Amino acid sequence: MLSQTQAVDIFDRIKKLSTGDEVEVLFSGGRFALTRFANNSIHQNVAEENHVVSVRAVFDKKTARAFTNKFDDESLRQVVRSAESLARVQHPDPDLLPMPDLQEAAGEGARATQPPSRHFDRTAQITPELRAEGVSKIVGMAAKHALTTAGVFSSAESFDGIFNSRGLSRWHTQTSAEISITMLGADSSGWQKASSPDVGNLNPLALAEIAAQKAVDSAHPREIPAGKYTVILEPAAVLDIVGFMFWDYSGMAILDQRSFLTGRIGTKLFGDNITIWDDVAHPLQSGSPFDGEGMLRQRFPLVENGIVKRVVYARATAERMKQSEYKDKVGLIAATGHGFPLPNEMGEMPLNIVFAPAGDPQTVEQMIASTERGVLVTRLWYIREVEPFEKMLTGMTRDGTFYVENGRVQGGVRNFRFNESLIHMLSNVEAMSVPVRSSGEESFDMVVPAMKVRDFNFTEVTKF
Amino acid sequence: MKHIANWALDTAAHRGATYADVRVVAHRSRALSTKNGKVGSASDAESVGMSVRAITEGAWGFAASAELGRGAVEATAARAVEIARASARVKREDVRLAPEKPAVAEWSTPYKVDPFRVSVEQNIELLLKIDAELRAVAGITLAEANLNFNREEQWFVSSEGAEIHQTKLSPGVGYAAYAFAGNEIQKRSYPTSYGGQWQNKGYELIDELKLVENARRIAEEAVALHQADQCPEGKFDIILDSSQLGLQIHESVGHPIELDRVLGMEANFAGTSFLTIDKLRKLRYGSELVNVVADARQEHGPGLGTFGFDDEGVAAQCTPIITDGLFTGYLSSRETAHTIGERRSGGTLRAEGWNRLPMIRMTNISLLPGEKPLSLEQLIAGTDHGILMQTNRSWSIDDKRYNFQFGCEIGWEIKNGKRVRMVKNPSYSGITTEFWNSLDAICSRDEWTLWGTPNCGKGQPQQVMGTGHGAAPSRFQGVNVGSAFKNS
Repeated sequence: MLSQTQAVDIFDRIKKLSTGDEVEVLFSGGRFALTRFANNSIHQNVAEENHVVSVRAVFDKKTARAFTNKFDDESLRQVVRSAESLARVQHPDPDLLPMPDLQEAAGEGARATQPPSRHFDRTAQITPELRAEGVSKIVGMAAKHALTTAGVFSSAESFDGIFNSRGLSRWHTQTSAEISITMLGADSSGWQKASSPDVGNLNPLALAEIAAQKAVDSAHPREIPAGKYTVILEPAAVLDIVGFMFWDYSGMAILDQRSFLTGRIGTKLFGDNITIWDDVAHPLQSGSPFDGEGMLRQRFPLVENGIVKRVVYARATAERMKQSEYKDKVGLIAATGHGFPLPNEMGEMPLNIVFAPAGDPQTVEQMIASTERGVLVTRLWYIREVEPFEKMLTGMTRDGTFYVENGRVQGGVRNFRFNESLIHMLSNVEAMSVPVRSSGEESFDMVVPAMKVRDFNFTEVTKF
Repeated sequence: MKHIANWALDTAAHRGATYADVRVVAHRSRALSTKNGKVGSASDAESVGMSVRAITEGAWGFAASAELGRGAVEATAARAVEIARASARVKREDVRLAPEKPAVAEWSTPYKVDPFRVSVEQNIELLLKIDAELRAVAGITLAEANLNFNREEQWFVSSEGAEIHQTKLSPGVGYAAYAFAGNEIQKRSYPTSYGGQWQNKGYELIDELKLVENARRIAEEAVALHQADQCPEGKFDIILDSSQLGLQIHESVGHPIELDRVLGMEANFAGTSFLTIDKLRKLRYGSELVNVVADARQEHGPGLGTFGFDDEGVAAQCTPIITDGLFTGYLSSRETAHTIGERRSGGTLRAEGWNRLPMIRMTNISLLPGEKPLSLEQLIAGTDHGILMQTNRSWSIDDKRYNFQFGCEIGWEIKNGKRVRMVKNPSYSGITTEFWNSLDAICSRDEWTLWGTPNCGKGQPQQVMGTGHGAAPSRFQGVNVGSAFKNS
């Protein structure tokens, strides 16, 4: 895998080739392997290694970027030429700032944001044989319950780096591992997924046991009518639906008037029990501690007790916001270390979401016990935005949907389609579990609780 | 590039592979966009690499590397074989490949103008002209436009003797106008939403689409939606424009016919399919007017699913999927063909790039046009009461592909054969086979468009693929309308 020393050498070569006012080089890549199984058998098994360098050139407030995965002299010369040719023909951008130096990129309170090491040798050293061993255990669990299983066991070792001609230099390496398991019965299914930088935190057998039990318990699902129900959303279901709002926690989204928070920052939008942080340093979080310009990511609450407090900013977005009609209506305006690599249209986004624990956390079992009539949801699927300003989303339940009555799970039910506003949903949260690191398929990993939500709007029932 | 492939094939054979194939791929792309009068992004990218797919002990292994030196290539091939041996530790049966005569061929996308030879200045000027037209309309709060060009050159060599050199070219273009006012954001897009129109051809696509000419109307519609009534709720006859129908085909025909889904190979992520094998040639999928093909051949048109050969060396084919309403075919590969009694693959295996494993993907899944002349205006004139819906805004379907819900950007209520009012937030929902059986009219060939869907996600790790969908505006009877806003 490309080392920081090699990256520095490549950056020095690119700097010598550059003729622009400024140059910035991003590195990303690493090793990735994934063992995929279905029908109780490994059917796909892949590994790759790739390193990508991208060069951003700047001339007279004009900028552009070019990418390559070849590091020989001619390829580097070509990628510099491409970036510079593209940059030269742009129109000057009055909002383009000089690249940050190390002092500016450190930001305020940066020391507090330094995350723990996220590189674990035992994750980096996983072999195809070890992954097959894990899959074998999962298949064994499926066989024990007369089920069919499908899923993945993956591992990766990756790096991100940024260097610029004003002396900024940042490098981050980490590992990651993920296990996802679906158990299929004749007319039911169950699912579990987990990820961590440290594979030691993943237990394939325990995940398989839960997924299998869900498939068994949801067998012979009955149809109950669509309508408004109290739902108990397991953490993966919460993650996948709330993930759809975080693109809007962006200064650029406010300036573009495409955010549902336009005109709503400082207002109480959700219930008192909703507090949400962006915190790259949280021990259950993952990812690089710097953004696309090398700015260190700050940690702060986006929502406190239901009130939207702040959004995140790239450097240029913060400057634009300070000059805008919104400047007195959006709370603290400052670069927060959440920008995407320039140039881009989207600006920035919080990527390390952490829900604060409730004062009186409840387990999912306690939530079930206190529910007179409701639906327990393992997972949500194919979520899309129906209406952007009320954040109305649609999607399906999947892989373990249960009817709850008189404080007990009463068996599986056919899957529902929901059409629900996130504002409405986060205003109706009656109970939450302790937040956990959670993985889904619609949104990036977050630290979220299970939630008990009243009046969740199911509009249709499907055939299974 | 053949020497690179041979290093890999020799190593794979030496290590015990009973079959191997190698793809060496060079990909080039350019992305330009504008937003509210400024360039939003400008980037060029190149990615080169190779991969080896090998069968050892009856199981698959796959490895990929960006390094093309002999040592790295041989190590990659050895890794693929090692991975295959690990796969063999958890297998139920050996992989069986349908026979395929090894092809030695050259193929490339026909085009008139290479988009990479059109100057960046000219492209930015076009985008900014569109942007100015959109923002000239009072009430437009955000204007976005994008141009994308992709070129992929691939050398495919197999241990069976196939040698195929293929080059594909695909431009894409589109724009959107947003109007924010009060507590509402409305949006209109052209030629369609989420990246616009994409095809496998040259820059002539950009010239054909009358982009600037349509910008003012699109922006005016986005603003006018704020004054429009909410789309009514209930059972209505609906007419879908061809781009929305293209996505309807993609989600409710294209995905369920993927044989890997049917066989449970995608159960953990994309899901399975209601189209179990017992339904082949027995299920009445749609009304007798419904004829759908999976056609990857150039003669079908310049779709994103058009190619000479798939990524395991099988020539492009046309497979009848729905014939006069009857379900007649799946998308298959060499590994899966035998499960439906076929002796040959349907030729649908494709990979996102050099570092991804080829898998069954939609080619051009198209609803054939009606045989009798019928324009959209004539179809509207023949509708007593219904809703015309245009341009996708949201899409969702369950993991077996039964229950779907789509939202569109704009709707028009039709009464007594005339558009009587614009309606906002139109949506419809249903069950796949019930919906297709409710189709009672399809416009004819001159209303038919081969749309490109550039962003179809599938697989783990997820791969994004371009697919094609030909469709002409069509009418469906008694469809659930407005359930997205029920009880809201």
